Amino acid sequence: MTVGGGVTVGGGVTAAQAGTGRMSTPDTARLLPRRASIALGWGSLAALVLLALFGLWGAPPDAVQGDAQRIMYLHVPAAWLAYLAFGVTSVTSALYLWPRTRSTVWDLLAGASAELGVLFTGLTLVLGSLWGRPVWGIWWAWDARLTTTAVLFFLYLGYLSLRRIPASVETRATRCAIAALIAFVDVPIVHLSVNWWRTLHQQATVFNPALNPKIHGVMAFTLWLGVFAFTLLYVYLLDRRYGLAVLEEGLEERELDAAIAQRVADAPRSQPVGAGHE
Amino acid sequence: MSDVGYVVAAWSLTGAVLAAYALRVAVRTRQVRRSLPDDDPRR
Repeated sequence: MTVGGGVTVGGGVTAAQAGTGRMSTPDTARLLPRRASIALGWGSLAALVLLALFGLWGAPPDAVQGDAQRIMYLHVPAAWLAYLAFGVTSVTSALYLWPRTRSTVWDLLAGASAELGVLFTGLTLVLGSLWGRPVWGIWWAWDARLTTTAVLFFLYLGYLSLRRIPASVETRATRCAIAALIAFVDVPIVHLSVNWWRTLHQQATVFNPALNPKIHGVMAFTLWLGVFAFTLLYVYLLDRRYGLAVLEEGLEERELDAAIAQRVADAPRSQPVGAGHE
Repeated sequence: MSDVGYVVAAWSLTGAVLAAYALRVAVRTRQVRRSLPDDDPRR
């Protein structure tokens, strides 16, 4: 892929048009080959069905929480995928800001991944609330983990709003990339909040400070299956959402070109200097 | 509501949200693709 300044980073996508001073949209609306994308879609669907079978019937009820603990098989993978999605947004934003790798591809990927991150963070919050009601007796508490996760949700919601503010492609991409990197500071705070502040939310079960997972057997398998299924789904949706972003950007570019051409055609022709003085 | 009720609500909501998002992206992609001219390489 050729990016601004003519640097090739591989992939067959033209990003910045050297000499025109205008970033163009990628010339293909796909991250993955069509067959791979279709296979990924069916694969993620199959993994989610398998997750439902294990999560609802295969795994035993928790000794303390009973059946309510089955929400964990969705809540934890959704939270981890939110971290992954925002991580991808940060990396692609940094790649956009770095002059040698600057490309519209990274900007569009960052936006697509952030949207998925917001989706998974929203799910994490709602699922956590549905789990908290039967286990804690409340829907919500201003607990450190819950609060920092809500802040994360609103930070990236703000990022998505920033992307919608009219501006040139370069201006939008630059300010959004900076905003994404600032917002990502909250991700490690969310993860470590349960260690820094001992409030209502339990500490990490798998990635705890002692790196001693306190989960075993079928329950551990089902949790990892959930992470696997959600990751497949994330990659599939990222490919599709990126493709949509490329198409939308291309359409906007064409509409803008048409509007400029129309404006030029409609403008009154100016008299050449010296005309009428013969 | 019993524990099972919360579990059913959580799993149903997750399925509905993810399916709705995937459907929205697919429908919007089709709409935008149709708006682009036939010779556009992004189609």
